[in-house]
Amino acid sequence: MRHGKYPFVIGFLAAPVLLYSVFVIAPYAQAFQISMTSWRGFSAPKWVGFDNYRLLAEDNRFWQAIQHHLVLLLALPLITIAIALFFSFMLNVAGKSSGGKRSGVWGSKFYRVVFFFPQVLAVAIIAVLFQTVYRPNESGLINGVLMKIGLDPILFLVNPNIALWSILGVLVWQAVGFYVVLFSAGIASIPGEIYEAAEMDGATRVTLFFRVTLPLLWDTLQVAWVYLGIAAFDAFAIVSVLSVDNGGPDGATTVLGLEIYRNAFTYSKFGYASAMGVALFFLTITFAVFTLRVTKRESVEY
Amino acid sequence: MSVTPDSPSDLSRRVVLQRAAAAGLLAVPAAGLLSACATGGDDETQEQSEGTKSAENPFGVKEDAALEVVIFNGGYGDKYATDVHEPLYKAKFPKATIKHEASQAISTVLQPRFAAGNPPEFVNNSGEKSLDFGALVADGQLQDLTELWDAPSVDDPSKKVRDTVVPGTIDVGTFNGKPYVLNYVSTVFGLWYSGKLFKDNGWAPAKTWEEFTALLDKIKAKGITPFGYAGANAPYYVWNVILTHAAKIGGPDVLKNIDNLEDGAWTAEPVKQAAAAWAEIGAKYLDKSFEGLKHTDVQLLQNQYKVGFYPSGDWLENEQAKDTPPGFEYQMMPLPSLTASDKLPAGAVRATAAEGYFVSAKSANPRGALEYMRQMLSTAGAKGFTEVVKSATVVTSGSAGYAFPPGVASSQAALAAAGPNVVNLFFDGWYKELDTEARTATNELMFGRIKADAFCDRIQKKADAIKKDASVTKFKR
Repeated sequence: MRHGKYPFVIGFLAAPVLLYSVFVIAPYAQAFQISMTSWRGFSAPKWVGFDNYRLLAEDNRFWQAIQHHLVLLLALPLITIAIALFFSFMLNVAGKSSGGKRSGVWGSKFYRVVFFFPQVLAVAIIAVLFQTVYRPNESGLINGVLMKIGLDPILFLVNPNIALWSILGVLVWQAVGFYVVLFSAGIASIPGEIYEAAEMDGATRVTLFFRVTLPLLWDTLQVAWVYLGIAAFDAFAIVSVLSVDNGGPDGATTVLGLEIYRNAFTYSKFGYASAMGVALFFLTITFAVFTLRVTKRESVEY
Repeated sequence: MSVTPDSPSDLSRRVVLQRAAAAGLLAVPAAGLLSACATGGDDETQEQSEGTKSAENPFGVKEDAALEVVIFNGGYGDKYATDVHEPLYKAKFPKATIKHEASQAISTVLQPRFAAGNPPEFVNNSGEKSLDFGALVADGQLQDLTELWDAPSVDDPSKKVRDTVVPGTIDVGTFNGKPYVLNYVSTVFGLWYSGKLFKDNGWAPAKTWEEFTALLDKIKAKGITPFGYAGANAPYYVWNVILTHAAKIGGPDVLKNIDNLEDGAWTAEPVKQAAAAWAEIGAKYLDKSFEGLKHTDVQLLQNQYKVGFYPSGDWLENEQAKDTPPGFEYQMMPLPSLTASDKLPAGAVRATAAEGYFVSAKSANPRGALEYMRQMLSTAGAKGFTEVVKSATVVTSGSAGYAFPPGVASSQAALAAAGPNVVNLFFDGWYKELDTEARTATNELMFGRIKADAFCDRIQKKADAIKKDASVTKFKR
């Protein structure tokens, strides 16, 4: 049965590689090329070498965006994973065990659906939704209530000290549902006997969580961390729709994606924007490699 | 990566991957071709249709050539194009087909088309996502309109088109000596208020700064926010106020220096005085929450009698037509004088021909688009526009005998009263980065995070950086 194996297998592999090269590798390569030019989006680009990168190094907005990515990079995965882990633990194993089979807390079937809701909505819709939630006057969802009971409104997106955290709140709100489902699947694959045995030995829920669930979920957590990290490098759509004055006030919520967009499509500085894109590319790659290295450890066999 | 025992194969995964990678290499030349086209569109000029010139057809339009019209669907909508200008063109060239497109994001839709070398013939380039005029001019994408301005007008062939428009119209669309943009709408800027609200309370528009602040105090005492603008997306409404005010204090050259990127133009004394005066207004009479609102939100608040003065141009009345309660009666007031030694009188206003339209030089039928513009500039085209959007055009005969709604009537009256004391500025269209910086700084100033000095310094710094940047084409006036 070895006849025709080569053409068959290679034929199958070549098509995706071809598509990948044309639609992924080539645009990336081209971004590198454009980043070395002063292309303004219309006529032929002029070659300027590393000039754009030199300007980038002096650009405050660029460094501001990088700082925001670092904040998001730490906070978004930590908060999202913590909340999602808690929820999925509660939904899957925190309830009573009957006949050796553990179940979630009361109503977990309902919550499981509710938690997934944000995942179904398009990002742009979420951003528009939160415009209303965060609106700084009495027509805002939160401030309307605050002002009714006589409190000062919170200027969520306007106060430079909390604007980024308000955006982070939206990102977490949107992401948690997916990771609840992901961790639930992970927890479901942990054999029930382990929990049973631990419980017989007198383990509390807290011990169960830290000694059983967490170590056995390690691989899933690692994946979640990388995904969320990459999401922290994006955040473009939410910031673009939600923030005041496009990444404001005064750049307090800006991210690289937004700066790239602004430089390319508002200032027509495509070369400079591409240089930012290349920087973003290296940041993302470095992060992914770094995370996978750092979190590498033997997975537990069961 | 191991070989399964029952099929001792020499075809390991590694080998297959290697060969697949080789196949991938074959794809690279194709990718090279792709990249050639993304940044192309430079040397290949497409075939342009041409007919025979005549007195009736001064540009030599080929009568059956297709024409693509792209209109920004903003404050003026796009009904004036479909109902007035396109039928005029169609009446002249019945065999031509017109493809009409309306968009709220011109650059998103058109940037790729310019990059690919097949731009639409006629574009209304406006709105938050408009194409950078400076970059378009620098790249030779815009048709020189000298031919249009020198052509005989539709209504009176003995008159050139340039003699049928308000003086200064052509200058506004001129970049380094060549006219490239038709600015079609006559726009007057000022402070807008409800005539009804003022009448009911016995308030009168202010001429001096003391009168103005006293009036704001009275409005505040009524529980109404005296002054409002939208920080989320429209801070430029206020840099416009600050700079117009600076020009009143120090004369029109203040703005000319800013446009020409002169050293220290932004840190000049009149700009500082105006910024300090308006920072005061921001601190005392502005609601902090407005920084998080969009222009339509604040305009709506004004329509609900919750905001006193709102800075804008005279498109405002038409934009808010749907939400304005009956009897609201928009009125416009020029900026009050700051001191008795102001260089320009209290009645001076910023007025300009605005709303830019251009012809793509590299499109298939630029001659058709020139003719389309000529039709726009006819009395019928201008009258039709004014009737649909209730704003005046630059065509002098276009609004003769037309009864404007109260707001535009008041702004037209203010313009007439200003006489020669009309100022204008251009830097925002020439250098978008400077516009962005001015917007950001305006919010910082008005919401009390920086002082007037810092406001001027940071914008000056940006202006200096742009002046030094060799890749940015500079403009002078």
